[in-house]
Order: sequence, then C-alpha cells, then structure tokens
Amino acid sequence: MSSSIFRLGIAGLVIMLLMVAGRANGSGPAFMDDKTPVEIKIDNFVFSPNTLTVPVGSTIHWTNHDDIPHNVVSEDKSFKSKVMDTDESFSYTFAKPGTYTYFCSIHPKMTGKIVVQ
Amino acid sequence: MSGKPKDEILHDHNHDGIDRRGFLKCMAWAGTGAFCVIQGGVLKSYSLSGLSGLSPKQMKGDISFVQISDSHMGFNKAANTDVAGTLKDAIDKINALPTAPGFILHTGDITHLSKPEEFDGVSQLLKSASAKDVFYVPGEHDVIGDDGKQYLERYGKNTQGAGWYSFDQKGVHFIGLVNVMNLKAGGLGSLGKEQLEWMEGDVKHLSKSTPVVVFAHIPLWSIYPEWGWGTDDSAQALGHLKRFGSVTVLNGHIHQTMQKVEGNVTFHTAASTAFPQPKPGEAPSPGPMKVPAEQLRSLLGIRDVNYVQGQHALAVTDSTLE
Repeated sequence: MSSSIFRLGIAGLVIMLLMVAGRANGSGPAFMDDKTPVEIKIDNFVFSPNTLTVPVGSTIHWTNHDDIPHNVVSEDKSFKSKVMDTDESFSYTFAKPGTYTYFCSIHPKMTGKIVVQ
Repeated sequence: MSGKPKDEILHDHNHDGIDRRGFLKCMAWAGTGAFCVIQGGVLKSYSLSGLSGLSPKQMKGDISFVQISDSHMGFNKAANTDVAGTLKDAIDKINALPTAPGFILHTGDITHLSKPEEFDGVSQLLKSASAKDVFYVPGEHDVIGDDGKQYLERYGKNTQGAGWYSFDQKGVHFIGLVNVMNLKAGGLGSLGKEQLEWMEGDVKHLSKSTPVVVFAHIPLWSIYPEWGWGTDDSAQALGHLKRFGSVTVLNGHIHQTMQKVEGNVTFHTAASTAFPQPKPGEAPSPGPMKVPAEQLRSLLGIRDVNYVQGQHALAVTDSTLE
C-alpha cells in the first residue's frame, strides 16, 4: 500500500518536472496563454537584459528610465514604438519565432536582441 | 639669440600667422570664455573679462553671426526645468553682443520631442533676437516619430532632400547638412549617398579660396563613437572640401564646446542652451548632466563667429550664459 502511494508520488513529481521543463522550453500548450510581460529596462542608454530568449506568444514590455526619450525599432521593421519619454513604456507581443534585433532610432548605438522560440 | 625663446610660429600651414600650438593655446581658453580674433594674420586671444576694453572695430569682421544649439524646448527634467528661460538668456546674450550678428545658425535639437508647441515656443522666443534670420538644421530630437515631416514643413523651404541646403554671404559659402535621418542600428550620424552627391555638386563651382562653413547637428568628426558622437560618412563629406583653403565645421549634439584642427579644417562643437552633458566617457551615459542650479548657466552658452575677408580661419568666440 505504502509503496504504491510512493510510486504515485514519484509519477506526480515527474509530471511536475516535465511541466516545468516544458515552460522553460516554451513548448507545451499549457503555457501559451501566459500573459505576464517580460520586462526590459532602459537605463543609461542601455537595454537590459540586452539579449532575451522567450517563448512564442510572449509580450515584452520596455520602460524608459532615462531623462532622455528613446524608442524601440526592429531592424526588419516588424515593430516600432512611439517615442517613450521618461517612465513611459511600450509593449509588443511576439507571435512568430525568430531573432529580432532592434535599436533606438534616436540613439542608434543602443541595440538589443529578442530570440523568440 | 640669447635669453628666453620667443613664442614663435613653428608650423604655419594656413599661412595665416597661426600655428597649431598657437591655435590650441587660444582654444584652451575657449571653454572658460575667450575671444579669439584674427587681425593682420595674427591670432589674438583675450579673456572674456577683458572684452569690455576692446573697441567694436577690433571685434568686428566682415561677417558676424551667432551659433546656438540644442535648445531642447519641452525638456523639463532635473538638469534644467526651465529651458525656455535659459534660451531667453541666450537671446539676451546675443542681443548684448557689441557687434549685432547678421544671422543665427541653430544646429539642431530645437525641440525635445518634435511637438508642434515646442517648435512654436522656440520660434516665438527667437523673434526677440537682434538677428531676424535663423538658419536651422535638424537634430535627432526634431525628427521623432514622423521622419522629419513637420521639421520640413516648418524649415524645409528652399532645401533639398531631408532639409540640406547652402547659401552665400559676403563671399563665404555656408552648407547646412542633415545627419540625423535614416540612422542604422549600431551606427553613428549619417549623411547618406544622395546628400553627399548633392554636396559634391554644390561646391564644384566654387574657387578654392572661398571660405566654407559647414554646419550640422551631430559632429562631423569622431569625438566619442561609443556614445554616438560622430558621423559614419563624414570623411566623404570632408573629402569634397579638401581643395578649399579654409573650412570651418560647426556642430552641436554633445552639449559642450570642443575644438579640433586638421589641416585647413577647424571643427567646433557648441554648448547647449538647455542642459550640459558629461565629458566623453566620464559618466555611464551621455544623458543630461545635473549640476547645482548656480552652476547651470556656466555650462550653457552661445557662439559668436566673425570672418574678416582675406583671412583664412574664422574667429570663434564661445561665451557662457552667466
């Protein structure tokens, strides 16, 4: 009796671990509707984190903490924010997998990368 | 030949009585407020405190104009909560110059966010300047969100492409360039092929003795590329000006005065009328530099430029808003 409960417990643990792994890999339909945006901060003319890997369907939320306006423009023109003044934000949801390099078109030395898997 | 060596000219490339050392010596004063003028081929420098002792004739050239830059109308953060007030101070300073300037060059970042009311605010304030003609080039803050459409509607008359143009004043050829459009990821300021071709044609008919003044927002020399303080294709633009005996390049963007001499080209960046920025690499970013309120005006300024016919280099005077 006790050993079968133990076996059930192991099975449960394995399922949980698979779910966690599925989430990390961005696979598994259970997590496609995860709407929590991933934050990218703009501080001192730097996007951080600078490179980010996210599952398909993720929303990225950029916030400008500088005293100077910035924007976010993808090199392939797939997205472009309005200008963000201090403490303003921009969100974009990545529906397709791919590598998206982006920059601030006002200060083009500022670049970042989103890898969507 | 005994005694103390005289301060003599070692290398006089421009044949104007100024060697590089002499020029730099004069320019070393510029940051603290100096007046440099060329008379009879000799560069003389005076500290600003001694200016009152000069007669208007000593200060007057054939052309006199003022450069202002980086007004950032609309900026309201801690580094300066009253940019309209400091622009007004700059205009008062212009109006108090011993020789009234013929015109004003504004080297961009007129506004902070390209808003109509910001452009209107600057136009309104500049109406009280002694010089009525203002020649603009856009900064990256003037073309936000609309690829410069509004800028061109306001200032694009008689310009080409994204707003570049040239004009002549008393034998001096002025070229206003636009290097804030179509910027590429990871890159610096950019002039682009079309503008460079136009420029080549624009100067073709000029004799090599014509003094040339080039003005653009982002510096046309590499000051600090890590902060975007340079222009990717500036070497090509300067290449079109190689044969000219006197080329003066006036830029803004970096909110501080800097000078460099390279052959017959002198490069100058201007102070802002709005807020200072840190020296290259001396802060984590080139963002607005916060200083105690009583120091702010000592880091903002205007630039007075004089040209005397027959001389090579233009006399450039930077003065603060204090």
